[in-house]
Amino acid sequence: MRRVRILGAGVMGLAIATELTARGHQVELVDPAPEPGAHSCSWWAGGMLAPWCEGASAPEAVERLGAGALDWWAQHTGLVQRKGTLVVAQTRDQAELARFARRSRRHQTLNGGGIAALEPDLQGRFPSALFFEDEGHLAPRAALIELRRRLCAKGVTVHAAAPETQAQIIDARGLAARDSLPDLRGVRGEMLVLRCPDVTLHRPVRLLHPRIPLYIVPRGDGIFMLGATMIESDRRGGVTARSVLELLSAAYALHPAFAEAEVLEMGADARPAFPDNLPRLRRQGATLFVNGLYRHGFLLSPAMAEMVAAHLESGISPEFMHPDSINEVSA
Amino acid sequence: MPVFYGVPVESPLMLGTAQYPSPAILAQAFQVSGAGIATVSLRREQGGGQDFWALIRGLQTRILPNTAGCHTVKEAVTTAHMAREVFETNWIKLEVIGHADTLQPDVFGLIEAARILTEDGFAVFPYCTEDLTVCARLQEVGCQVLMPWGAPIGSGLGLNNPYGLRSLRAHFPDAPLVIDAGIGLPSHAAQAMEMGFDAVLMNSAVAQAGDPVAMARAMAQAIEAGRLAYGADPMGARDMAAPSTPVLGKAFLA
Repeated sequence: MRRVRILGAGVMGLAIATELTARGHQVELVDPAPEPGAHSCSWWAGGMLAPWCEGASAPEAVERLGAGALDWWAQHTGLVQRKGTLVVAQTRDQAELARFARRSRRHQTLNGGGIAALEPDLQGRFPSALFFEDEGHLAPRAALIELRRRLCAKGVTVHAAAPETQAQIIDARGLAARDSLPDLRGVRGEMLVLRCPDVTLHRPVRLLHPRIPLYIVPRGDGIFMLGATMIESDRRGGVTARSVLELLSAAYALHPAFAEAEVLEMGADARPAFPDNLPRLRRQGATLFVNGLYRHGFLLSPAMAEMVAAHLESGISPEFMHPDSINEVSA
Repeated sequence: MPVFYGVPVESPLMLGTAQYPSPAILAQAFQVSGAGIATVSLRREQGGGQDFWALIRGLQTRILPNTAGCHTVKEAVTTAHMAREVFETNWIKLEVIGHADTLQPDVFGLIEAARILTEDGFAVFPYCTEDLTVCARLQEVGCQVLMPWGAPIGSGLGLNNPYGLRSLRAHFPDAPLVIDAGIGLPSHAAQAMEMGFDAVLMNSAVAQAGDPVAMARAMAQAIEAGRLAYGADPMGARDMAAPSTPVLGKAFLA
């Protein structure tokens, strides 16, 4: 058993705490804002557990490492919905759908009837779709709160400031760790939350578009999350008018009833990313850094947490260990 | 190799820096293609783009900032001034978008913005159409480089109006001409170079390929092939078949 102190109680910190606690280690969390909330970028996530959709544009590792995320989140929160992902494009953008199909795996092509059978509210709106049956989604905020609740029930403590006692330090602070990780950058994402009881969707729907890709994730009770922009900027302030216009236009294209939706929330934050947009473990002195989950916080945090545990327990350098750290360890 | 505003550039391939799967892949695309110029946008990234811009500076390629996303003269002029500070260059690729769907330039606003920026000491690279009159006006207000579209931005349609582009080349024999926008395939880029254009600028065709690094290399090779072909004086098409070995005396009836 090891005594481990995790800095940062966002999705990465909570996932590591969960994994290490399950393996019998003694864990404490340190975060200036100890409750999950708007300060952490996982608060603004879509919560899509969609490794095969992401595989259309992400490196192969994202699909491979993300494949286990559904089971992990189901086991540790009980909040996963396994209803797949639907990917559609407007008639003039069918080339986008064909390209997405070429570059992704584990989907089936649906015609209009197939779409209507899954999502009756989309009947007659799209000529064809891709259905990724094995994917799922969760409500990220509820999942963060549930992870924390279960950890506290097992005696894990959350401190606003690090105690003085000795412990193995794991730094999972996200973009705040830029003070130690100079190659970490922020990639801005913006999202909206709408209430639209007129529309019912059962699963995340992605609308492909040459300029304005959109996803809509149903949260239940007529509430939908719309996301998300990808802008090479680490500004964390409010959503821009252009992004609101684009996201809402795309939602309106998906279903015109979204025009009458009530806008409940608009939010923006910056995702922590390394230059290859892949996550990384990095050892600096006695501290183990885990960071760079980019737009895949919920998808990749389980696999990264397992790598952290394996590294602590057996000293092995996992696939996503930064090379400099390997040299340091072997030297 | 092209010379823009007195500055020789090492490659006629000019690459945009948007929409790549990651900055690491972007950097590899530049490395394998040897692109001579990197274009970069500022409009939407302002207020927090420093980290990404630092990565672009790290490419060790000459930078041409652009005013992508600007729809008015005032926005474009303001963005150009910001670009001059951020990248310490007086080069600016001037875009004044006139149409939301096709993204074709507002040529009237473009000429006005080009005049203002030239008077302010900028070296302006205007994103324009192949219209001869528009190009003449741009020259009159001080543009020493012209960047006509091949097709709408991001469409990948290639050279939509080869006649118009040939005509432009013929009417502006001394101005550096760059095909900007619309390239989808290496054959499009080669065609532009075969027609005597000085350089080709592209972004989506590389960044949105399944393997951007391989496509960047393919584009560089196509551009080199087209450049050599133009200099080699192609034979030109003709209707009469002309066998390259004599057929007389061959037992072709056997």
